[in-house]
Amino acid sequence: MCTVCGCGEGSLSIDGASHHHHHEHEHEHEHEHGHGHEASLHYGKGPAHAHAPGLSQSRMVRIEQDILAKNGAYAEANRRRFDELGLFALNLVSSPGSGKTSLLTASIRGLRSRMAVAVIEGDQQTQNDAARIRDTGARAVQVNTGKGCHLDAHMVGHALEHLLPLQDATLMIENVGNLVCPAGFDLGEAHKVAVLSVTEGEDKPLKYPDMFHAADLMLLNKVDLLPYLDFDVAQCIDYARRINPDLEVIQLSATTGQGMEAWLDWVEAGWQRAVARRQESVAALKQRIAELEARLEAAGLSPDAA
Amino acid sequence: MHEMSLCEGVIQVIEEQASQQGFERVLGVTLEIGALAGVELDALRFCFEVVCRDTLAEGAALHIRERAGRAHCFDCDRPVEVAQRFDACRACGGYRLQVTAGEELKIQELEVE
Repeated sequence: MCTVCGCGEGSLSIDGASHHHHHEHEHEHEHEHGHGHEASLHYGKGPAHAHAPGLSQSRMVRIEQDILAKNGAYAEANRRRFDELGLFALNLVSSPGSGKTSLLTASIRGLRSRMAVAVIEGDQQTQNDAARIRDTGARAVQVNTGKGCHLDAHMVGHALEHLLPLQDATLMIENVGNLVCPAGFDLGEAHKVAVLSVTEGEDKPLKYPDMFHAADLMLLNKVDLLPYLDFDVAQCIDYARRINPDLEVIQLSATTGQGMEAWLDWVEAGWQRAVARRQESVAALKQRIAELEARLEAAGLSPDAA
Repeated sequence: MHEMSLCEGVIQVIEEQASQQGFERVLGVTLEIGALAGVELDALRFCFEVVCRDTLAEGAALHIRERAGRAHCFDCDRPVEVAQRFDACRACGGYRLQVTAGEELKIQELEVE
């Protein structure tokens, strides 16, 4: 599971098809020195070779590079793509069993009269969740991370290709059920949304602070079960805001529909911003083209002739 | 979190640097890791050794420069040190803290030959 696309051992698959194209070590061949065994110089020259006579002395190389720089670059590319397509992308994170997929299917049913919704489903194994989403009529692509514990930006970029054409829609990315690792990986989303169910402990935000710090919205799910549980909602929200004072919280139940309206409105507001941003950039481009055409015309060249 | 993936990220950077800067072996790797970066240092050391096997960094020494967590407290309007995300401000006990340092996750330098 490499940090870039998780396909390290060939265990990543998108919609069941294995995906391991990117380990193209094309530069392996650029440094051939005439000895066949040296061609793999960069990828596993053992210590036995390192002290061969004639090799240079050791030296320090300062690089100051972010360990996750590659993921960051893919995330930025995704973000640009989402902007161009007018997509409002949400990265849904939670522990397994918080009811993310049920929440997602209920959300899609509630949102479909307002906008198109597409889903990228991340799980270690099985196509089950994408199938559940497709039952709602929404387009969904399943990413199986194999041994990987999180989705990364490279996987999401490829998964998006499977959902095209797609424009002016909400893209829900359901991350692997894990409150630890997905916190560190930007997918290019507009917001991370942490789903916490009241059947879990109210101190979960304290136990997994990185995730609640990275999220902009917390959905407190399964609130219909509160009468049967010893779960202190106010305490839970207080803990979450200790980690992240700006965290928004919506209490809801995907099963009964309680609180769903607030969540759907939140999504719609974000979606409207994404669509408006795309339309503005299209309008700006059109204006720029008109200006250039006017200049061509002024110079005595018609745009068609040019 | 995912120390194994992070180590693989380190190896990726090293391999890119090896082809750009023309070195063949890495003897030492210096990382800068913040206290709030979500990295378990013992796990990182363990994974690093495993991930480096059969690469040009096999047997490389791992040096970690730890960086303390720092935050700005909006309640008492001053910079404070924090060890964890859920720490309260040491001065006033408030929780309205904006983390300003301690999230570093960087490769600083390599000793190569």
